[in-house]
Amino acid sequence: MKNEMVNYLGENGYFGAYGGRFVPEILIPAVDELSLAFQEILRDEDFYKQYYNLLMDFSGRPTPLTYAEGLSAYFGKAKIFIKREDLNHSGAHKINNVLGQGLLMKKLGKTRVIAETGAGQHGVATAIMAAKMGFQATIYMGAEDAERQYANVFWMKQLGAEVIPVTTGTATLKDAINEALRDWAGNFDNTHYALGTACGPRPFPEMVTFFQSVISKEMKKQINDICGKNPDRIYACLGGGSNAMGAFVEFLQEPGVELVAVEAGGKGEASGKHASRIAYAKAKTGVSQGYKTLFLQDDDGQMLDTWSISAGLDYVGVSPILAHLAETKRVRVLAATDAEVIEAFKLIISKEGLIPALESTHAFAGLFREIADTKPEDVIVVNMSGRGDKDIFNIGEALQDQGWKTFVTERGKAYAD
Amino acid sequence: MQIEKQIEAMRKEKKILLMTHQIIGYPDFAANEKVIECFYNNGVDLIELQIPFSDPIADGPVFTKSNQAVLEKGIKVSNCLKFIERMASKYPIPFLVMTYYNILYQYGVEAFIDRCKEIGVQGTIVPDAPLDEARAYYDYSRQQGLAAVSIATPYSDPKRLQEIADIGSGFIYYVPRKGVTGSKTTFDSEILDGIQKAKKETGKTIAVGFGIQGPEDVARLIGTADIAIIGSKIQQVLETEGLSGLDQFLGDMARVNKEE
Ligand SMILES: Cc1ncc(COP(=O)(O)O)c(C=O)c1O
Repeated sequence: MKNEMVNYLGENGYFGAYGGRFVPEILIPAVDELSLAFQEILRDEDFYKQYYNLLMDFSGRPTPLTYAEGLSAYFGKAKIFIKREDLNHSGAHKINNVLGQGLLMKKLGKTRVIAETGAGQHGVATAIMAAKMGFQATIYMGAEDAERQYANVFWMKQLGAEVIPVTTGTATLKDAINEALRDWAGNFDNTHYALGTACGPRPFPEMVTFFQSVISKEMKKQINDICGKNPDRIYACLGGGSNAMGAFVEFLQEPGVELVAVEAGGKGEASGKHASRIAYAKAKTGVSQGYKTLFLQDDDGQMLDTWSISAGLDYVGVSPILAHLAETKRVRVLAATDAEVIEAFKLIISKEGLIPALESTHAFAGLFREIADTKPEDVIVVNMSGRGDKDIFNIGEALQDQGWKTFVTERGKAYAD
Repeated sequence: MQIEKQIEAMRKEKKILLMTHQIIGYPDFAANEKVIECFYNNGVDLIELQIPFSDPIADGPVFTKSNQAVLEKGIKVSNCLKFIERMASKYPIPFLVMTYYNILYQYGVEAFIDRCKEIGVQGTIVPDAPLDEARAYYDYSRQQGLAAVSIATPYSDPKRLQEIADIGSGFIYYVPRKGVTGSKTTFDSEILDGIQKAKKETGKTIAVGFGIQGPEDVARLIGTADIAIIGSKIQQVLETEGLSGLDQFLGDMARVNKEE
């Protein structure tokens, strides 16, 4: 896999009106140091080789592109292919970025890594990277998310990471990012902040996109090998934007490929309980968490509470790169509701024998809504960003599965005694 | 620039000036007002009032929680501005507004500066508005004769330090250590050297904030800093010892200027 950078990078960390680095002055040397190191590795073929070798040896890349025979037959419309990021070690695309940042840390001589996590996937990936590379790890996680995704908290701790539940603000992902930025401001001498998505101050949006670009690099080759052409459409879920950027970036310069990102519609547009910044057009440009993008906020500029059945999409801002790509109409953005996602989940698991993460299921739900408009000769790729094992509690509850409820209750009782 | 002249005049009378901090609406407006009265009666020289923000990344746990507590009560920016207006007309002492960039951005940066001027505020402090990103904010403030205080740290290299000095106005807010507000700073000789260097290289008034805990810290800053800023410690004193405790705390602080 070669390091061929598509020219998607903005000017000075800006993508149209979005981006920048609105950090307290104390963090300027830290973001400067990181920007410089990132510029260096961008030009360093050897670094990229080392990085991709690590992904192959340790994470299991390349991930397959699976033909979704059951779903394609069920709809009788476009051919559906699934990019299997769930088959990465740790079960999600998040590891691609983390392993890259780990190698970068070594270059910078840092010994401690901090990270924020929503669903816990990025936290687990970071804890894995730290254990493998011999770093000390501290993971900030919204207290509410830590409750929803305790299985991942458990794994992070087993991996030797310190997990700090964040109780400030809305106790979700954005607050975990704030806490990580605060920690970084106090410890940047020896500490690297491994941000998990294509958000935050420059150079994170570009850097995370760069490390996730392996997804579309492989995807492009695979789909051309199988179908002899680029896909007509690609669907990816959109929280912060790392898996969507990863799946899209190699195709940005290919106008024939339609790029669709699917946000968390939560309980629906009218409910106000969602995390759709773009599709529901409820967000406004603002500055928070070190960068300028579309944020869900009130008239004063205070960030709003968000909601999604999936912790990983429950974020108040969005990648500045995607905000720009949506504005320039290169990426189309939809929102799928919790209810649509549960329906989509049932269909995928029964037709394909795959267990997608609730995050990734949003991408499928977006596709299912629109598949009637496609033709049998169309080729569609869905980026399945992660696997759903971690979501067993939420899914068990959403499906009102009696056996699962009994199991959980009995276990609870056993521990209470 | 009004506040620069005021500071110069005050500096002639005192070895070091004191700037104290309150989060507006915490615990409530009535309490803020009593505290501000206490500031005034104890000869505090400048008052920094913070408009709460949902994501205050430069603040430590104490201030983060109080920002949030105010917002949970539904207090709006307009309520805060009205309160500041009333305080500024009641007390003949320079008031500065501290808040985060998004508050200005949503209000309209220019409209916010205009409003501050209208209500008698002397300047603004915005910790997440670095010079490279928020040039328009600094330039417009200067144009309007309102201080836009810029922030320097021991990690600002000489070139950046000069840019910080050039773009900001009023004085330079010097953050003497890594981290966020709240925890203690040890004012050792290395830190004092850094402050001295910043003062010498920029020729500007230097205010030092973050981690000042008591009269000893302020005393250590005499001869290097022009202004000592006390933030989290005030909230802590109020919470543990009440208004009379604060009165005593500020009294002790003010005495620093009288000691030989
Ligand atoms: C499996 C999975 N997909 C998607 C996301 C959303 O993040 P992003 O939008 O950065 O891909 C997460 C975040 O935790 C995740 O775990």
